[in-house]
Amino acid sequence: MIAAIVTLAATGFTAGLGLMYASKKFKVDKDERIEKINEMLPAANCGGCGYPGCMALAEAIVKGKASPDACPVGGSELTNQIASFMGMEVSTGVKKVARVCCNGGNENGIVKYDYYGPKDCNSVTLLAGGLKVCTYSCVGEGSCIKSCAFDAMYMGDDNIPRIRPDKCTSCGKCVTACPRKLIKLIDEDKPFIVSCMSKDKGPDVKKACKVGCIGCKMCEKKCPVGVIDVDNFLAVIDPSGCTNCGTCEEVCPTNAIRNFHNIKIKL
Amino acid sequence: MPYFGFKGGIHPKYNKSATQSKNTENLPVEVGEVVHIPLAQHIGAPAKILVKKNQQVKTGELIGEAAGFISTTIHSSVTGKVVSVGTVEHPIGGRVPGVSIEVEELTEDYVPIDSGDSFQKTVLAAGLAGMGCATFPSHVKLSPPKDVDALLINGAECEPYLTCDHRMMVERTEDIVKGAVIIKEKLGLKILAIGIEKNKPDAIEAFRKFEKEYGFEVIELEVKYPQGGEKQLIKACLNRVVPEGKLPMEVGAIVHNVGTCACIYDAVELKKPLYERMVTVTGAVKEPKNLMVKIGTPISKLIEYCGGFVGEPKKIVMGGPMMGLAVTSLDTPVMKGTSGILVYSESDLPDLTQYNCMRCGRCIDACPMELIPSAMDRFVVKELYESLADWHVMNCIECGCCSYVCPSRRTLVGGFKTSKRQVARILKEREDNKND
Repeated sequence: MIAAIVTLAATGFTAGLGLMYASKKFKVDKDERIEKINEMLPAANCGGCGYPGCMALAEAIVKGKASPDACPVGGSELTNQIASFMGMEVSTGVKKVARVCCNGGNENGIVKYDYYGPKDCNSVTLLAGGLKVCTYSCVGEGSCIKSCAFDAMYMGDDNIPRIRPDKCTSCGKCVTACPRKLIKLIDEDKPFIVSCMSKDKGPDVKKACKVGCIGCKMCEKKCPVGVIDVDNFLAVIDPSGCTNCGTCEEVCPTNAIRNFHNIKIKL
Repeated sequence: MPYFGFKGGIHPKYNKSATQSKNTENLPVEVGEVVHIPLAQHIGAPAKILVKKNQQVKTGELIGEAAGFISTTIHSSVTGKVVSVGTVEHPIGGRVPGVSIEVEELTEDYVPIDSGDSFQKTVLAAGLAGMGCATFPSHVKLSPPKDVDALLINGAECEPYLTCDHRMMVERTEDIVKGAVIIKEKLGLKILAIGIEKNKPDAIEAFRKFEKEYGFEVIELEVKYPQGGEKQLIKACLNRVVPEGKLPMEVGAIVHNVGTCACIYDAVELKKPLYERMVTVTGAVKEPKNLMVKIGTPISKLIEYCGGFVGEPKKIVMGGPMMGLAVTSLDTPVMKGTSGILVYSESDLPDLTQYNCMRCGRCIDACPMELIPSAMDRFVVKELYESLADWHVMNCIECGCCSYVCPSRRTLVGGFKTSKRQVARILKEREDNKND
């Protein structure tokens, strides 16, 4: 009996010594901040940030690979919390929303062939530069919608994707999913946007689409604050200086400039 | 050499009878006609333009120079005036940079190429690109960085409908052989063989006559698609397997199409640049023909010369029916890789309704690259590109056998073709991570 107790105690003591030595010798310094930030994050492990879970994002934030606003779910509150914890400054601006800069849907854009292949935008763009005459336009297979993790996108009746601003978290997944680079993240309170990305000359645009930007420079001339630039036959509005006066929408002869607040969205 | 064969493959209806016994005709050009010559007619960087608007050019004059190593030169196919330097129709890119030239004078003469000091430079100066349909610049294939011992001449023409290579083998047998012998001598190769499918007995007969004189071998190939695929031909004739992601020179072989060999003969012996090629016009046209066409001629002109459409055309394919590209405009010009113009009417096309995969495994039997298309298709649908990379989608030669045999008409090869872009990115990332 005593022998058993002594043996057990001695074994335990030796093993304990071994463990103590190992824990000192092979100690891995873990950044405490990772654990703290992980606690702040929503713990939904949704992957919306592009990392395999909240822990991975926390690690990336601490390493400086991701910015404090990388979590699309937490919103600005979380961003501020993380930023102040990390001692970083973050632009506390207006929420950004994804906007589809093409209006060449079923009625406006001219289609040149019937498509049977895989239901993927990348696939369509491999064939003769897309199924529309305009080689810059939305091909309408919805790769962006598939990429959206927050149900913020749906396909409109005219085969152009629509975005629900209330659900959009400006995670930017759709921006990278679009093979034509038609989606831009723009401040929600700047609704006047050129819904066209065609850099073709005016006559070519007219042949391809009813609502394309023909580069006529009317908006550039009439803009009271001078924030519109026409480069390569395409008007670009700089949202930072825009005053939302709406002059550009009025003067645009092809209705390429639209007020996104007036577009009806199914909720 | 014995015939080793390869796994998989399919036996589509060949439909070659409409044109296989018809002699090649020259497609006449008229004064005032406009040809559109794209600058991207080959794999690699598009050529750099050398002409300006309103400039006079002669047949065979250089209008684009190679922009990089994997690129080639472009020549004018007519004598006339450059009417515009802008964009032209293209079956992949939609519209690509190109030159439009109006014909002002009809002539058979051409500006001879400036041959340079080496064989490879001559080939580059002639603007040669693989005439099969892949249009890989020929001078790159002819400058192997490794030891190469075998030259295979590809006379399989396994694509249904097409007969332009067949006619060339019958009509220009000696030129093809001479071109092949030039390559063999310049690169110091040991083995020279030409592979011809058994359904072209007249071509086999024609080559047999020269076999002893020029010291090469004719290999009779089994009639099977894709027998003319580079990797399949090497496996079937030499019993060598090209490793994944590598070129045939890895196993010491070079493969050239019969058309390319004839062009090499033209370039070296006659100093003639590549500005015209043979095109089979077939399908739903009144008189299917084999035509010698100036590069840049719009396909509407070819169809008109063949008597026009039979009924309403539904789909027009440039190249063969298995790997060709559907065109969206009749203004699309004939390019260096255009082996055929195939017109389908509504009744020729199958019902394309897709059904679910029923796990029958026919695609696995058909795949000549020993891939598993049915499993890969599931990854494509779910966009699991990592898994696709592990299942060797980059080995896919896009022959279309899997889609052809699929009873559910799934767009298998289309999905693989699309996914390759994403997979290439993933593989590159993996490579970078390995090096870090």
